[in-house]
Amino acid sequence: MRMTGERLWLRLEPWLPILIVGLGLIGWETASRAGLLSPLFFPPPTKILNTLLQMIINGKLLPHLSATLSRLAIGFSIGGLSGLVLGLGMGWSPRLRTVVDPLIAALHPIPKIAIFPLIMIIFGIGEASKVVAIAIAAFFPMLINCMSGVRQLNPVYFEVTENYGASAWKTFSRVVFPGSLPSIFTGVRLAVNMAMVIAIAVELLAAKEGLGVIIWFSWQTLRIEELYASLIVIGVLGFGINLAIQSISRKLAPWQVEQSERQE
Amino acid sequence: MVFECIELSKSYVSRGAEVTALQSVDFTVREQEFVCIVGPSGCGKTTLLKIIAGLIEPTSGKIVFSIPQSNGHLRSAMVFQEQGLFPWMSVQDNVAFGLETQGISLAERRELASDFIVKVGLAGFMHSFPHELSGGMRQRVAILRAFLANPHILLMDEPFGALDSQTRLVMQEELLRIWRDHRKTVIYVTHDIEEAILLGDRLLVMSGRPGRIRQEINIPLERPRHLANRDHPEVAEIRWHIWKMLEDEVRKDLSILS
Repeated sequence: MRMTGERLWLRLEPWLPILIVGLGLIGWETASRAGLLSPLFFPPPTKILNTLLQMIINGKLLPHLSATLSRLAIGFSIGGLSGLVLGLGMGWSPRLRTVVDPLIAALHPIPKIAIFPLIMIIFGIGEASKVVAIAIAAFFPMLINCMSGVRQLNPVYFEVTENYGASAWKTFSRVVFPGSLPSIFTGVRLAVNMAMVIAIAVELLAAKEGLGVIIWFSWQTLRIEELYASLIVIGVLGFGINLAIQSISRKLAPWQVEQSERQE
Repeated sequence: MVFECIELSKSYVSRGAEVTALQSVDFTVREQEFVCIVGPSGCGKTTLLKIIAGLIEPTSGKIVFSIPQSNGHLRSAMVFQEQGLFPWMSVQDNVAFGLETQGISLAERRELASDFIVKVGLAGFMHSFPHELSGGMRQRVAILRAFLANPHILLMDEPFGALDSQTRLVMQEELLRIWRDHRKTVIYVTHDIEEAILLGDRLLVMSGRPGRIRQEINIPLERPRHLANRDHPEVAEIRWHIWKMLEDEVRKDLSILS
């Protein structure tokens, strides 16, 4: 009897999150329609979905979405790439680490959105300042993960490269970089998420287009459905990006995935 | 002669106290000789091996190599205890790594590696990753990598230390078989007295604190050697002799009164 109960549970387990969310949505819908929740602040999910579809069809969403995405792409590329290079360098070279690490430790805890006014003073109120803010947000998680990726490498790998007379380039391209790939991908995921947070935040503060702009306007004009609709877009976007990163990481670092799967 | 260690000493500072890992180690190694360094754990045998490999600098003394230091030919290649393979490379690329560092082209080194892998019967694992192999197979791959790099000297740091005793026996024979086909000078570090006797032409028995060579013993067994050699009366005699030499130290280490 116990076995069958366990089996039933195993079969239900993957569906449980969907079930919980579904029940929550049905509850929300009924409560909102029955007037238990204020329909102005908590419009029924079906209405939100309808608004989202309208925004997609009438082309209102697209320019905002592409504004956010292009900022994200440029900012993440700049910040992520610098984080990658400096992080791997710091992981590999103790000398570089001793010099730069205290700086990183001091700058990292500063909330990135708090320095946005400063960034605007330096880079102007145009697109550049937003991209820079996003780049800074992506930079730190990328750097820290890349650095720890190299430092977690078993020292015996370096003894092997040294013993076999590998050049610095060989050591980097065949050991340091591939060995750190799993951590690099963790860095990419965290960096993209941070970049997204800051992208939306700077759009709330100062932008003409972007998902953050829709959110801010819908709050000011009390078109709350649009606010929810944008949140859904952001959520789906984040989910999709994370899924893509995961599948790329599985392809490029197969040994790591299989190791972690075996541990489960 | 391949190389000569002259008065090698190594000390380092640990928790504020100076520890002498090696003291006045003197020995010579001849061409194509299989030398086993045997001793209890902590006697500095791995340190000695790493000094020979050039991974560590001795505090004093020196090693004089009398082999040509030609370009593109490794002086030594080391087989590490475990974890020496790169998890992100296939078996083939791991075996080929020693050729890769010597600048041999991808196509050529892959071909050489796969020939070697097929010859020892690992063909089915050519494109597997190390985590897909058993511990014994991983060490076979590590040994292949070292042999394929074609160094003058092979350095082995307890390569079978992490394997179960059955696997170990088979691996010892396998190593001797590969070595018969590719004669090299081998320095083999182990704490297993019997393993050292069965593999080596000559044994350097070390004792620890500070690490030094207590005795050199020539092993008179015929080659090729087999598992059956372990029942040879001479093996038993040498084993007992070495054990008596090291026993006091092991007991002292464990605080057991003799």
